[in-house]
Amino acid sequence: MNLGWRTLGLLGALVAACLLPFLLSDYRIFQLTLVMVYAIALLGLNILTGFNGQFSLGHGAFYAIGAYTAAILMAHYQVPYWATLPAAAVVCLGAGFLFGLPALRLEGLFLALATLSLAVAMPSILKYRGIAELTGGVQGLVLFKPDAPAFFVKAGLPLNQDQWLYFFTLAVTIVMFVLAWNLLRGRVGRAIVAIRDQPIAARAMGINAAMYKSLTFGVGALYAGVAGALGAIAIQFVAPDSFQVGLSFVFLIGAVIGGIYSISGAVFGAFFVLFVPHISEGISRAAPQAIFGAFLIVFMFVMPVGIAGFLRLASAWARRRTHRSSPVRGEAP
Amino acid sequence: MEALLLQVLSGLATGGIYASLALAVVMIYKATHVVNFAQGEMAMFSTYLAWQFIQWGLPYWGAFFLTIAVSFVGGVVIERAVIRPFEAHDALLAVVTVFIGLFLILNAMAGWTWEYTLKSFPSPFPAQAYLGGYLSGHQLGLFGVVLATLAIVYAFFRFTPLGLAMRAAAENPDSSRLVGIRVSWMLALGWGFAAALGAIAGIMVAPLVFLEPNMMGFVLIYAFAGALLGGIDNPWGAVIGGFTMGVLENIMGVYVVGTELKLTVALVIIVGVLVVRPSGVFGKAVVTRV
Repeated sequence: MNLGWRTLGLLGALVAACLLPFLLSDYRIFQLTLVMVYAIALLGLNILTGFNGQFSLGHGAFYAIGAYTAAILMAHYQVPYWATLPAAAVVCLGAGFLFGLPALRLEGLFLALATLSLAVAMPSILKYRGIAELTGGVQGLVLFKPDAPAFFVKAGLPLNQDQWLYFFTLAVTIVMFVLAWNLLRGRVGRAIVAIRDQPIAARAMGINAAMYKSLTFGVGALYAGVAGALGAIAIQFVAPDSFQVGLSFVFLIGAVIGGIYSISGAVFGAFFVLFVPHISEGISRAAPQAIFGAFLIVFMFVMPVGIAGFLRLASAWARRRTHRSSPVRGEAP
Repeated sequence: MEALLLQVLSGLATGGIYASLALAVVMIYKATHVVNFAQGEMAMFSTYLAWQFIQWGLPYWGAFFLTIAVSFVGGVVIERAVIRPFEAHDALLAVVTVFIGLFLILNAMAGWTWEYTLKSFPSPFPAQAYLGGYLSGHQLGLFGVVLATLAIVYAFFRFTPLGLAMRAAAENPDSSRLVGIRVSWMLALGWGFAAALGAIAGIMVAPLVFLEPNMMGFVLIYAFAGALLGGIDNPWGAVIGGFTMGVLENIMGVYVVGTELKLTVALVIIVGVLVVRPSGVFGKAVVTRV
């Protein structure tokens, strides 16, 4: 019964996601594309921070590496846009794994510090003159928006660029979420969570904590990298100043408010960080940031599990109420 | 050689700013075992207050001391209102997230109130150069202010009963509570002192970098690097580390990596120290019981 409702809900969301691009304006489609891009990045942060307990304030740096990998491949080597995603994934997995190795020795707080300094240093590394030929220096790189493949037109379904990019991103998003779900529900996922909750006991159980932690760091970076590559393709532009430390804060905000201990939270968080600034920008240039900060603190006070966690608690509560009369027990608390 | 000396001396001057902020970071770390990521933004906000006081016609030193007093109260209030509820449970994610929230709110409030345009900040020290042209009046003056501040902080913690109580509360909260020290309030006072130290750092750095909401970003990173280099639980180490970072920043920027990659130096030092010697040069290694 429970599974049925969830499947129905997911199917409904999928149908809605497929219909929306034919109903909305191109700009709204672009915004929804970005929501999915952010959702992928947030999912990486949820896996790393929520499930594995490794604090990262530098998620934006890996997003930047992914974006630049895609942009450099497209601008300099004429690689087709879809082929840049695996490349960005591999580069970021490697970068994340390498950064995760020394980070192993760091406890939560100092890991936050190290990743924060990575995020702060990232724009200046990207601006570095020695690699400016590749990265375009301060000006960055301009990209072209991909067209829909020709067979869609032949099949009588002419998609414009924004619609095509939306469906492309949707497909990638679904793949990434299914992969994450598969990763986390099995043996590996239990190990990842065990390391967060009981690091010493996990080691005693024979879990190679060092390997798992570095790999989780790599996987978190991989998600950020794929998101970064998709974001670069969607925005058609990369420049060092789009990847300031504020981006990493935005990811943290999205993860925390969406629900950092869940997979679905990434979607809620992405909607929050992308649409709240749009709504509040009219008040003042500083308003979105002030609202973000206030939400962060208020959520930590009243709802540290985020929107997804709250929904889970609410549904569990509702189930308990309906089951109260029956003697069936054994619900997870 | 003369150019090198110039870099070292001006590095020591900016290092003084990193040292005060690093000391503020260490103060809060010693008491609560968390690093305040909003320390820089608190300092920035204090600096704006000082600017506002001067605009309202207060003399420089009047504004200086008034800002320190207001910052002290502000630090205590922030601790009581926002940080204290998380004191009891040991939830790192919550505490760091609250710091980031604080960071964003202070940054936005400064931008909202005083706009994002660059403002020049006055210096009370003569504009002429000293020591054979090696240091500007402001650099020499800020060096003096920082040293005086450090001396006062040292004397306070070394010679006053309140300072002793604060050290005791940080070192061993349970025993301190047994001898009648109100540990929770000592933490709040620590936040007040840290905020005041930050205010001094902000006011002293503002004439060098211009006043704007993001001015403390890189200063905080250097302060973190300094604090870690010296040992995050060692106030002396933090001060020495802060000065070292100032000198290192200049020398690496001019001779080794170029000014563009100066921030990367801080990154390398932070990661390097954490990996090679997490307790810093002067800190003591932490041993945990399993």
